[in-house]
Amino acid sequence: MNTLFWRTVKGAVGVFTAFGFLFLIGPLFVIVPLSFNAEPYFTFRPEMLMLDPEAFSLRWYENLFNDEEWHRALFNSFFIGICATILATTLGTLAAISLNQSNFPARRTVMALLISPMVTPIVIVGVSVFFFYSQPFIGLAQTYLGIILSHAMLGAPFVVITVTATLAGFNQTLMHAASSLGANAWTRFRRVQLPLISPGVITGGLFAFATSFDEVVVVLFMGGLEQRTLPRQMWSGIREEINPTILAVATLLIIFAVLVLFTVEWLRARTAKQLQPQ
Amino acid sequence: MGKLKASSLALPLIAFVVVTLLVPIFSLVRLSVYDSTVAEALPKTAEVLQAWSGTELPSIEVYETLAEELIAAQETRELGRVASRVNRILSGSRSTISKTPRRFARTDAPDAREEFIEIDEDWGELAIWHALRQATDTFTSRNFLQAVDFRLMPDGSIERMPESQQVYVTLFIRTLGVSIAVTALCFLIGYPMAYAMAHASSGWARILLVLVLIPFWTSLLVRTTSWIVILQQQGVLNDIFVFLGIVADDNRLTMVHNMTGTLVAMTQVLLPFMILPLYSVMTNIPRDLTKAASSLGANPFQAFVRVYFPNSLPGVAAGGLLVFILSIGYYITPALVGGSKGQLISNLIAYHLQTSLNWGLAAALSVILLVGVIVLYVVYDRFIGIDRMKLG
Repeated sequence: MNTLFWRTVKGAVGVFTAFGFLFLIGPLFVIVPLSFNAEPYFTFRPEMLMLDPEAFSLRWYENLFNDEEWHRALFNSFFIGICATILATTLGTLAAISLNQSNFPARRTVMALLISPMVTPIVIVGVSVFFFYSQPFIGLAQTYLGIILSHAMLGAPFVVITVTATLAGFNQTLMHAASSLGANAWTRFRRVQLPLISPGVITGGLFAFATSFDEVVVVLFMGGLEQRTLPRQMWSGIREEINPTILAVATLLIIFAVLVLFTVEWLRARTAKQLQPQ
Repeated sequence: MGKLKASSLALPLIAFVVVTLLVPIFSLVRLSVYDSTVAEALPKTAEVLQAWSGTELPSIEVYETLAEELIAAQETRELGRVASRVNRILSGSRSTISKTPRRFARTDAPDAREEFIEIDEDWGELAIWHALRQATDTFTSRNFLQAVDFRLMPDGSIERMPESQQVYVTLFIRTLGVSIAVTALCFLIGYPMAYAMAHASSGWARILLVLVLIPFWTSLLVRTTSWIVILQQQGVLNDIFVFLGIVADDNRLTMVHNMTGTLVAMTQVLLPFMILPLYSVMTNIPRDLTKAASSLGANPFQAFVRVYFPNSLPGVAAGGLLVFILSIGYYITPALVGGSKGQLISNLIAYHLQTSLNWGLAAALSVILLVGVIVLYVVYDRFIGIDRMKLG
């Protein structure tokens, strides 16, 4: 049949696909230059497009670094994120190791339960923990502990998934070998299994951290003024008075995301290499 | 020993999820059907009203009991909550109830009933007594009825809400519609993207994968902010349109704080969840299949529709269901870029939690949403398998 016709169709699909990628990634790149805007606008002024150095400034970054509220938000985000990650990674790794055993009872149901925080609508999580934790005999609303527990619960499924995936390639005979050499269960875990699955554990931990670092609804419903995190602070910024300081924060968060992404990909490549049969 | 130990390592996380998620959700379900505020504040009234016929005004003793307990409730500061509960059943009764205990001292009527009626004529009507009796029920279907646009009348009958107040069914339908539209858009845009990634040279495939993963890892608020910057009236896209002469400067398009904003931003935010499962399925489709189809005389369209596409269906199902499940409970993006027309059911739940303080209704709406998500989750597990969920 007419090859020109099929070429045109292919070309059209190609252009459509390219627009798809532009649609996905383009918006992020709009933010970066605008965060250096010398004026408090969200649009490219002609001077900016002509690359006039006068049109660019670091004033929004300066704003950000001099603002007490943003400092506190940054501290809170890291504090809550790190605590939630430690909790989620520990519990999630143990659970994944145990789920990996072939004789695990009701594996499918347990897995569905452990993954469920990932698909529960975040508003329902927020509403439930708010009601539950604000009851007087629990009293965890507006506390760091309440938020950390909720974030760890939201992040744990990611650890379970990544560690389970890494364990699928783990050679169980290594454990038997260690055992025949006289290693007890703890030594086998620490010296043989953990080093081999550590890329999966770290990847899961990064997912858990990112989940907490990006979470706003639980903090919004349950957190007090004292527990404001970066996304919570951004939320107010967007709702109340949107000014380019938000774009400066956004730019820093994009850079952070890229760093996390490359770490995860590096770890993935390492796991793939390590688990390859010699 | 081995078996016991193997399962016991999962116990801490199981217990943790039960305590931090299942128990709170259980208490949410309870809240949607259970409310003991009035029964606890007016226990004796609740008891005597159970014996009340409902066809004529209660006896003077009932009025006396109520007077006593209303005064007590005022002292314990429970009165406001009691009044607002009764007001939900019979609107307008809030002020009747809250002013009554303050005015007893000022009347000189012969008996309690006359006193009440002198304070407010409504106390001489059956309606407020029916409402009060209904409010003393600790278990109620009121919230669920309201969540589907019905109401429980003070006399216990069920009626449709007046047309102007029928909001929730419309909102559930809108949420479903938006979820279907977002899933369809993600499929349309994401399918060729995943195809391009799966069939590019390994160098390009890596670059394209990074392009998909950067937004995946970027904060949701950052991505939503970027859409405000792009879509608003003085925003980047309108500037481009004006520059190109597509729209006039004084007639810029409204693309954000409405349904367009919600649809566009949600599609972009959820797109990676469609692309990644598709990509992982597509990389495993043997290349020879389409070649075989062509050599048997199929044109590229036939080869795609009859051979390639059916092989990619598991990816379509996995990605589509995941996007649908995530979009049905979406909150943040509609809240920030949806305006009043682009709000979804989650946003209304948050409204009743934070603004109207009608927690029972917030809980009932949540339970309905949750049941929908659980059904979808079970379908996902049956047909795709939760343990095959991949990340990144």
